[in-house]
Amino acid sequence: MSNNVRLKQGFDIKLVGKAEESIAKNIDTTTRFAIKPEDFPGMIRPKSVVKVGEKVKAGDPILIDGKLDVIKYTSPVSGEIVEIQRGERRKLLAIVIKADKQIEYKEFPVKPIDQVSAEDAKAVMLESGVWPQLIRRPYAIVADPSDSPRAIFVSAFDSHPLAPNYEFTLKGQEKYIQAGIDVLKKFAPKVFLGQNGAKPSALFDGIVGVDKNKFTGAHPAGNVGVQIHHTAPVTSAADVVWTITPEGLAQIGKLFKEGKYDAKKVIAVAGPEVDKPEYVETYLGASVDTIAAAKIKSKNVRVVSGNILTGYSIPKDGFLGYYSNMITALSEGNKARFFLSDGWLAPITNRLSFHKAFGLLGGTSKEYALDTNTNGQDRPFAVTGSFEKVVPMDIYPMYLLKAILSYDYENMEALGIYEIAEEDFALCEFIDVSKHDIQKIVRQGLDTMRLD
Amino acid sequence: MKFLHDLLEKQKPMFEKGGKLEKLYYVFEAGETFMFTPPEVTKAKGVQVRDAVDLKRVMMTVVIALLPAIVFGLWNVGYQHHISTGEASSVGEQFWIGIQLALPIIIVSYAAGGIVEAAFAVFRNHPITEGFLVTGILIPLVLPATIPLWQVALASAFAVLIAKEVFGGVGMNILNVALTARAFLYFAYPAAISGDSVWTYLGDAATVDGYTGATFLGLAVEAQKAGQPVADFVANSVLWASSSQDVATNSFLGLIPGSIGETSALMCLIGAIVLIWTKVADYRIILSGVVGALAMGFLLNIFAGDHTYLAMPSYYHLIVGGFAFGIVFMATDPVSASQTSTGKWIYGALIGVMTVIIRVLNPAYPEGIMLAILLGNVLAPLIDHYVVSANKKRRLKRATV
Repeated sequence: MSNNVRLKQGFDIKLVGKAEESIAKNIDTTTRFAIKPEDFPGMIRPKSVVKVGEKVKAGDPILIDGKLDVIKYTSPVSGEIVEIQRGERRKLLAIVIKADKQIEYKEFPVKPIDQVSAEDAKAVMLESGVWPQLIRRPYAIVADPSDSPRAIFVSAFDSHPLAPNYEFTLKGQEKYIQAGIDVLKKFAPKVFLGQNGAKPSALFDGIVGVDKNKFTGAHPAGNVGVQIHHTAPVTSAADVVWTITPEGLAQIGKLFKEGKYDAKKVIAVAGPEVDKPEYVETYLGASVDTIAAAKIKSKNVRVVSGNILTGYSIPKDGFLGYYSNMITALSEGNKARFFLSDGWLAPITNRLSFHKAFGLLGGTSKEYALDTNTNGQDRPFAVTGSFEKVVPMDIYPMYLLKAILSYDYENMEALGIYEIAEEDFALCEFIDVSKHDIQKIVRQGLDTMRLD
Repeated sequence: MKFLHDLLEKQKPMFEKGGKLEKLYYVFEAGETFMFTPPEVTKAKGVQVRDAVDLKRVMMTVVIALLPAIVFGLWNVGYQHHISTGEASSVGEQFWIGIQLALPIIIVSYAAGGIVEAAFAVFRNHPITEGFLVTGILIPLVLPATIPLWQVALASAFAVLIAKEVFGGVGMNILNVALTARAFLYFAYPAAISGDSVWTYLGDAATVDGYTGATFLGLAVEAQKAGQPVADFVANSVLWASSSQDVATNSFLGLIPGSIGETSALMCLIGAIVLIWTKVADYRIILSGVVGALAMGFLLNIFAGDHTYLAMPSYYHLIVGGFAFGIVFMATDPVSASQTSTGKWIYGALIGVMTVIIRVLNPAYPEGIMLAILLGNVLAPLIDHYVVSANKKRRLKRATV
């Protein structure tokens, strides 16, 4: 297929509060950290392997999946386990670590990359905690180490609303990214790199040993699922590919270059409710309390771990998700709107819409300070043809969703369930007139197929 | 508006579980959410912000697109009355007659259908949806002004019950609900909705000499029997055609007898522009419908011989009868139309072609658009089935490459 793909479908949600390319000083982001099993949708029996009071180093295992216990989920920092949060029926919610002032790293013995066998590489990746960075498709879950993938896909840009710019957050880490790719090439014959066709990349233009493709268009052009679809699509349950983010690549690269699990991360703090949006340096799973205290002034605010399409709400002292590369702050839209002044019959200029129905006068090009109001209630599917405009794949989203809702295995398979993850349908959820939880439906479909 | 919201909130416990009027919760809720978009926020997981649009706004857009047709229809009822009776009158008087006749029909349509909707919401414990906002106005617009109100009530209730609620409500129906109402009346009480005498309100007045009240399509059949060219025959036989404009212009503007809202192709065109610009209706259906009708009309021209109706210029099909109204407002109903883009092209073209065939070749039904759309509704899932199957095959083929 072509290595310069122009995508016609998609939609950019422009929000106020883009992070400036500078690292915030004076915010201590190294206090408490947590690993949350809910970040890993495929995990069946999460189990803590540490006790409260225990000391750990960065890279020491703290969590495993009872069903697939070769993959170790390790501590991003060194410190003391201070809390193991549990919910109903003792469901494990989070393992909380209080970080040391000076991080101590567990040492992993590594050889130069060209001398490492695939088996050894796999063993050290599983042990050190970098493995969960690898996601498998179909199903969009943590990669199973016993699979041998046909290819590995990396999207070199994030097109989500207000997403961090990798060129900034990973500046100077080219050699780790290259090392990460060199390691991954031991597992799969091909590594594909999907670059932004609209911009040259200082970070990736020099990377070698990969098949490069360029993607131009609105979000979700940066979604790896969309890139796979246009490069070498997943066609069946047995057709396994892996995906990884550039941040994951850098982590793997560092592990093999320096022998340590380095979970350091530069994340964007962005959104309409953020005071001077910029980046902060922290580690994976950081508590956002200090960031929220420093950056969010108003009260009625929602803090989102990740972006507004695929992220999730966390408390102001909650923890960053495992895969999140940003925090977004929005105001809560929990107020009723009178139908003639700012409700469903009023002309509206301050809220974004993909649609052009009566009175939606804002347009789509300016930046909005959107809130979390649903702007309507749950309704049956009654409008057709709009989902197709934001999913740049040869897939009929509505038919696929209906197949999922009716547990129609055959149709789910034929209509493309293996190709998608929640994030690929997130825009459908945003634009849905009937306000359905579409990403939840997608996950239900993926789980149905996987567990069957 | 906070006091109003507080007032409503205060009544709420009465309707909630355990309250005195618990059964009527969704009726109360419909009222409250009509006034106030609820303070509901997005869930912890899933997208954190939502598009500003909701189903109410989409439905309202259709109502707004219908406004030109509604206003014109109200006026035309009175205008036709005065032509038929030969009275001179002002525009205000013409409107007044239209309002007196059509407003009760609109109110009865909303009330009867609304009661059935509300009853189902109460019995089946689901929210009242806004789909009927559009259906309730479409029904009166496709009926003649002379229709008895009890028939309107019956048709509206029948349509909501049989065409929508038995299938599970909004979004689940197979047939267009408003057209089902019209079809119901057409087959159950044909005397009030077909023939020459129902399209113009006469009241107590007598018609002027030579007034027939026939519609263009009715006359076209006559013209064919008489062996005269359709347009000439129409021009010579009715009063509305003897005004300063020619038959085609009159038909395009809508200064002709017919159902309340569907005579004016111009007003439908304005509605179409609103719907297409807002993307509430799919342009594919409208465009392919128009092309289908023109193509079929043209094809019939070729085989016309001395059959004058077959020889009628095909553009007449777009401006006479209910074609414009049907293809713009009825065929584009997203629930009963084809759902795939390819399917929409086929579906629209099918309706265009069928309309002309039924009109010209079947003398029993002078108006073809209603049956053509209902037929299109029935075939839409099948069309989609084949379109989606093609997609599946394409995907499967990709696997073996």
